[in-house]
Amino acid sequence: MSDKKDSIDYSSMPDERGHFGVYGGCFASETLMQALDELKEAYHSSMSDADFQAQFDADLAHYVGRPSPLYHAERLSRETGGAQIYLKREDLNHTGAHKINNTIGQALLAKAMGKKRVIAETGAGQHGVATATVAARFGMECVVYMGAEDIVRQAPNVYRMKLLGATVVPVTSGSKTLKDALNEAMRDWVTNVDDTFYIIGTVAGPHPYPAMVRDFQAIIGREAREQIQQQTGRLPDALVACIGGGSNAIGLFHPFLADESVQMYGVEAAGEGIETGHHAAPLCAGKPGVLHGNRTYLMEDADGQIIETHSVSAGLDYPGVGPEHAWLKDIGRVNYDSVTDEEALKAFHQLTRIEGIIPALESSHAVAYGIKLAARMSPQQTIIVNLSGRGDKDINTVAGLEGIEL
Amino acid sequence: MSRLQACFERLSADSRKALIPYVMTADPAPEVTLPLMHAMVAAGADIIELGAPFSDPMADGPVIQAAAERSLAFHTSLHSVFETARQFRQTDTQTPIVLMGYLNPVEVMGYEAFARQAAENGIDGVITVDMPPEEADEYVAALRAHQLDPIFLIAPTTTEARMEKIAAVASGFVYYVSLKGVTGAATLDVAGVTERLALIRKHIDLPIGVGFGISNAETAASVSHCADAVIVGSAIVNKMAAQKDNKSEQTATIARNVTALLQSMRVAMDSNRTKV
Repeated sequence: MSDKKDSIDYSSMPDERGHFGVYGGCFASETLMQALDELKEAYHSSMSDADFQAQFDADLAHYVGRPSPLYHAERLSRETGGAQIYLKREDLNHTGAHKINNTIGQALLAKAMGKKRVIAETGAGQHGVATATVAARFGMECVVYMGAEDIVRQAPNVYRMKLLGATVVPVTSGSKTLKDALNEAMRDWVTNVDDTFYIIGTVAGPHPYPAMVRDFQAIIGREAREQIQQQTGRLPDALVACIGGGSNAIGLFHPFLADESVQMYGVEAAGEGIETGHHAAPLCAGKPGVLHGNRTYLMEDADGQIIETHSVSAGLDYPGVGPEHAWLKDIGRVNYDSVTDEEALKAFHQLTRIEGIIPALESSHAVAYGIKLAARMSPQQTIIVNLSGRGDKDINTVAGLEGIEL
Repeated sequence: MSRLQACFERLSADSRKALIPYVMTADPAPEVTLPLMHAMVAAGADIIELGAPFSDPMADGPVIQAAAERSLAFHTSLHSVFETARQFRQTDTQTPIVLMGYLNPVEVMGYEAFARQAAENGIDGVITVDMPPEEADEYVAALRAHQLDPIFLIAPTTTEARMEKIAAVASGFVYYVSLKGVTGAATLDVAGVTERLALIRKHIDLPIGVGFGISNAETAASVSHCADAVIVGSAIVNKMAAQKDNKSEQTATIARNVTALLQSMRVAMDSNRTKV
């Protein structure tokens, strides 16, 4: 396995039809195949188009506020007693999460392709807000599909999207969460394929989405790689990121994949515990299958039906995962593990009280794992934890769990 | 010769068009499906599309989504679909059955095991909504090894280059999705469909079925002018939905209501023939 890993050119993945080993691909209904081909062409030409890249970089600098800081959490590191923990502050981006990196990129593509209407699915609402934001800025019509259950869990983000001019459509089918929102967005796209651009929020979906979203998010890892070397004079020993669909994780990991000394940890949501079955950890406890246009690890039953997931964090409550992660798991380049609701909530409070940073519940999973990992390492070693989003949207959830009504 | 090919040749010799109703297995209850399949044949159906439910039916509108949920409430699996086909074959050896569903249940079973069991239980063709020809090499090989016809969809957005790709892998018939959208959406535009079918026929030498948006005898008749087969889905599934809470005479009522709809379509389609 390690021989195979050493000879891999990570930058060459996926292949022309979107395959990462046996994963990925383009399993879409016929109506969308032509639109996906057109998107693939637009994405490929934008990647080598200097004007497009200049516009993207300028928007990231002046609208999003990049580069995001890499912050040495000294007090947290000291209390943990192990490795030095650095936080990649994606929570400080405009709209409060890494999601905006991708929506800027896709909105620029939509504009280049002449599309006047954008649609999106959202779980925690961060991607919905990031999409509504760019739609407002570019003057595009915006419809966001969101599970009815998530609408309750993430009320502040729903109102934010409405303020930005988006229509938020509650999805009441299936488990009423992120996967069902994705189904409904696909149905919209099939119906309005001529004038509509579907801005998928994670590194899943049919090709070219997993590769395209990764390329827009890889700015996280490129910056972090430079920043950590400036601050410590060397590469980090480990990277940690939470994984729902896996876009913040692949964004951080991808520019480091060829750096063999850098260990990587993707953290899934163990919910009430992997052994209870109430979790959202397909890489840790699922099996390969095909959903939402790509082959990947899924939470499914013996008949191939997708099963309901559970996580305290709406953004991780998804039964699939980006196909590149599925491949990175199989070849052994990235370690995938999980953190329970309880551990994530503890880390939420810990980071808030020790560093004065309120993390999103999604990112709290990465923080919890980072703390555990750091404790096993020496103070001379360094870890970068991706703080993918801020926790303001989650204060109602956290208060509710503690029996407090706001 | 496959049952599907024989069926289309028989119809063609008689200048008739195929009527293909779709039913979801075990909707609204497991005991409804088998008697309904026989009733549909008696009412004039030539081929039956038998739905396999999936938890995430992305290409379906609310009507068939609800049918999948009703079916899954009984834990309906591919094995249940095979068993239904097997029982149907005990008394009907002629009417082709096409299994229609999504890829993941087939992936989990394995292409070879799926194809073998489908064939053993009397299924003739398979439509997998989210399996495009680009990804289909192994899947098609497994189906062909068991004499099953891989049936592919063609959409209003399908380019001529893609029609060639589909022609290279499809057999039995091809399924033209008459509109951009999900199942059960608005009614179709017959003139537009006629034009598209002429283009498809330049690239694909197989019978063409037309579905999506056919809900009454009049539309069925006008589509049968240009198509080789008329596929009726949501209009039939609506009859199940209407009886989902009827516990005393559910099977008989559904069979009667579906029979009435299919007979009206059959009559309209066949009277068409005499006019031509």
